[in-house]
Amino acid sequence: MTDATKYLSHLELGGPDKTYLDSNELIINMGPQHPATHGVLRVILKLDGEKVLGTECVIGYLHRGVEKIAEHRTYTMFNPYVDRMDYVAAVSNGLGYCEAVEKLLNIEAPPRANYIRVILTELNRLASHQLWLGTHALDIGAMTPLFYTFRDREEILKIFEKYCGARLTTHAFRIGGCQYETYEGFERDVKKFVDFARPKIVEYEELLTTNRIWLERTKGVGKISAKDCIALGVTGPVLRASGVKWDLRKAQPYANYPEFDFEIPIGQNGDTYDRYLVRMEEMRQSLRIIEQAVAKIPEGPIMAKVPKVMKPAVGEIYHSIEAPKGELGYFVVSDGSTQPYRVRVRPPSFVNLQALDLMVRGQLVADVIAVIGTLDIVLGEVDR
Amino acid sequence: MAPVATTFFFYFLSGVTLISALMVITQRNAVHSALALILSLLGQAALYLMLYAPFVAGVQIILYAGGIMVLFLFVIMLVSIERQQKEEQFNKLWLVGLTAAVALGGLFIGVYVKGKSLFSGPLRPLPETSNTQDIAVMLYGNYMFAFEIASLLLLVAIIGAVVMAKKRI
Amino acid sequence: MLDYITSYLSDSVKITPGQAGNVFWALVYILIIFGGVSVAVIAMNWLERKALAHFQIRLGPMRVGPHGLLQPIADALKLFTKEDIIPAAADKLVFWIAPLIILCASFTTYIVVPFGPAHAVTDLNIGILFMLGVSSLAVLGVVMAGWASNSHYPLIGALRSSAQMVSYEIAMGLAVVSAVLMTSLNATGTGTLSMIGIVHAQQAQHVWFLFKFFPLGLIAFVIFAIAMVAETNRAPFDLPEAESELTAGFHTEYSGLRWSLFMLGEYAAMIAVSSIAVTLWLGGWMRPFPNALTGETWDLVFSLFPGFTFLALSVFAFVGVIRMPKHPYFRLQTMGLAGFGAVLGLIGLILFVPPVRDRVQDIYWFSAKVAGFMYLYIWYRATFPRYRFDQLMKVGWKVLLPVALGVLIVTAILGVLL
Repeated sequence: MTDATKYLSHLELGGPDKTYLDSNELIINMGPQHPATHGVLRVILKLDGEKVLGTECVIGYLHRGVEKIAEHRTYTMFNPYVDRMDYVAAVSNGLGYCEAVEKLLNIEAPPRANYIRVILTELNRLASHQLWLGTHALDIGAMTPLFYTFRDREEILKIFEKYCGARLTTHAFRIGGCQYETYEGFERDVKKFVDFARPKIVEYEELLTTNRIWLERTKGVGKISAKDCIALGVTGPVLRASGVKWDLRKAQPYANYPEFDFEIPIGQNGDTYDRYLVRMEEMRQSLRIIEQAVAKIPEGPIMAKVPKVMKPAVGEIYHSIEAPKGELGYFVVSDGSTQPYRVRVRPPSFVNLQALDLMVRGQLVADVIAVIGTLDIVLGEVDR
Repeated sequence: MAPVATTFFFYFLSGVTLISALMVITQRNAVHSALALILSLLGQAALYLMLYAPFVAGVQIILYAGGIMVLFLFVIMLVSIERQQKEEQFNKLWLVGLTAAVALGGLFIGVYVKGKSLFSGPLRPLPETSNTQDIAVMLYGNYMFAFEIASLLLLVAIIGAVVMAKKRI
Repeated sequence: MLDYITSYLSDSVKITPGQAGNVFWALVYILIIFGGVSVAVIAMNWLERKALAHFQIRLGPMRVGPHGLLQPIADALKLFTKEDIIPAAADKLVFWIAPLIILCASFTTYIVVPFGPAHAVTDLNIGILFMLGVSSLAVLGVVMAGWASNSHYPLIGALRSSAQMVSYEIAMGLAVVSAVLMTSLNATGTGTLSMIGIVHAQQAQHVWFLFKFFPLGLIAFVIFAIAMVAETNRAPFDLPEAESELTAGFHTEYSGLRWSLFMLGEYAAMIAVSSIAVTLWLGGWMRPFPNALTGETWDLVFSLFPGFTFLALSVFAFVGVIRMPKHPYFRLQTMGLAGFGAVLGLIGLILFVPPVRDRVQDIYWFSAKVAGFMYLYIWYRATFPRYRFDQLMKVGWKVLLPVALGVLIVTAILGVLL
């Protein structure tokens, strides 16, 4: 049991200040077990009545030492571990790591593998956003979208299960390409899913986008300006909702994204409502990419020529991809042996969480929960 | 409508009202006092019903027991009273209290003894079914000015409370 | 003594037992209403779980009894057998009294609820004032529950909850006043506060007050409908009770039977305020279209509704029986559901018999309208997100109150002019 005051240095606690109705400032703990913190996150709030004066996040409850484990596994052996970080969007994690090591080894995945990678990654982006929508709406009080999005997410998870045997921690890709050939009927399933999912997104929008209670709860809540976003290193839909048109799929393309035609949605105000709209639009664009990709999958090998024993040359590389939550980066340092010297993961949720303090200052307690939801953090990624 | 067991109800309700009024001043805990006051007010409302004044009874329940007492409870619960409970009670003015009690008691005894002869003229029993209408006619007819003044007073009180509670206008 | 009891029956029942001064029948009606409301609360509990589940594309309780019909009973049994935990530092008397106050306040309002022209416990001539007043006593119960728990979060939750209830009472009251105003638009110019009188006024003026001075009646109804949802602390105004907020609500420290008393009081209050809405705006016990579709045939058609409703319910039950899996495990459930369907069908057939048909009309239409409101409550809960507390108060004071005042003034002006 740690003392809360140890972490409160920057909250500027002096003596109790006199505030409204002669009440003192309150330190409240949104403890690790809380229905709305999306994992084991502890947030210490300094309140003046109902207004938030400052927050401090205490993380580390889910720290599993993933980066340290990496130093004692070979590159291939480490592949399943990366799924467990952002367990909601496991496929993207795998994509980032495999591409980083492929760059280190100077090999390129064959085109067919790239198409499969893009399809699965975009499906996973859609699934991640659906989970985000369900839980975010539930925190704000709307119970029903949760069930709708989970129901639709089931279809994506069925495709994953048929492809690689797992729903959540898929380990779908290998260094150099994909291990499994697409199963019989993969294209048909994906096409069917795209037609199935389009009206569902319309359904989610019908429930929330023009709902006046939703608007009141999300408009103007948790604003962050573009300047602050860039200063804090915030990426992903949060950055795009503040008006900065930065998406790694277009800015620093990887896999074969340049072959597809899609748009980057941006918002204007940087509040919760804009982040909601940006993610809804991203869902639609993902469907667009999947449609294009599944229409023109080329034939060919799915695995490049990869040495049996992977000993990359001495060197280091930083490779980042656009995960559903933001910029997911892998900094891999190789010392010539079969095991990496260091794998440092730049998790988007970790960096985005730092913006929480800025976003909730001056707002009410009920907004803290809405903002944590809109940042779309996964504690597995924050703590690693 | 023939009244049912009037005497029994009168004594029962008066007993409830008086006993809870006594509890208001004798309870140690302020919240218990407030609850006893609520009981006393509800007893009063029932007594009004016995006097064929249903409108006043209804308004007593809505406003007094359901509104004003809720505000009392808010204040009691929000303002810390532990400090106050540890303070010494002032019983230095017991002489004044005794005088006031004697004066009030004498007034009550005087009224009881004089009885009906205090009121000039026969009492007109008003029909119970049109009680609300009669009150409305009186209030908005004869006593219109007083009504408006009272509502203006309430408005001033509300504005004053808002001004005092806001940090900046 | 005996003819005291039967005299009320023989006078071809035109006034309520309370009006006739008949204490025995008043007590009988009280017991009937108490039992009926309790059954309604249990049914409401089941309906909420099933309807909410169906809104969320899942099934809801299916195991305990066929289609979960016995689930509320299982819940009640579970709550009875739970340990009664009282916080050590709590104020025992107040802790014990608080749920009772809410329960008594909610149930006492039912003595004026008019199920028919002679089917109420009594007809107070301040009926609507009495209902509003006694339901405002429930606020006291909430405050006391929060206080007695002697813990920071329940107290704040209770104070917020009661502030919300008190704020929306004002808008409710103003909406009620504009409806009562409409009762005075008759030849003699006198209105009435009595519940039965209000429905009679709608009958005499040949219009449901919902459609009177259109759209004024509708706006007043909508204001009342919103305020009543806030009054009973239901979604979307249930921030003080929500689990994902910091303050967990005034009933945090209550466990087992005491907690179920809160739920009972809440559902009873929901039914009570829905009854007010139905009486004031939806014509109480009158059948739909009392003036547009008149005549013998239409009367007959509408009088067949109760029977058809129960027959439709029994058809649903039998469809459920057909769709049950044919596994020996489900045999008991299938038989139970079939029996239930048979009972419903029997009731439906009985309701076709003319004497029963005529007597049951008023009660049926009143209950059907109130049931519609209950479904609306569940629908709101499934669809809407929650209001934040300051937004909730803003809606109550800055939106509903001015609109209610406006409606009142315009109704009064129109009433004088027309």
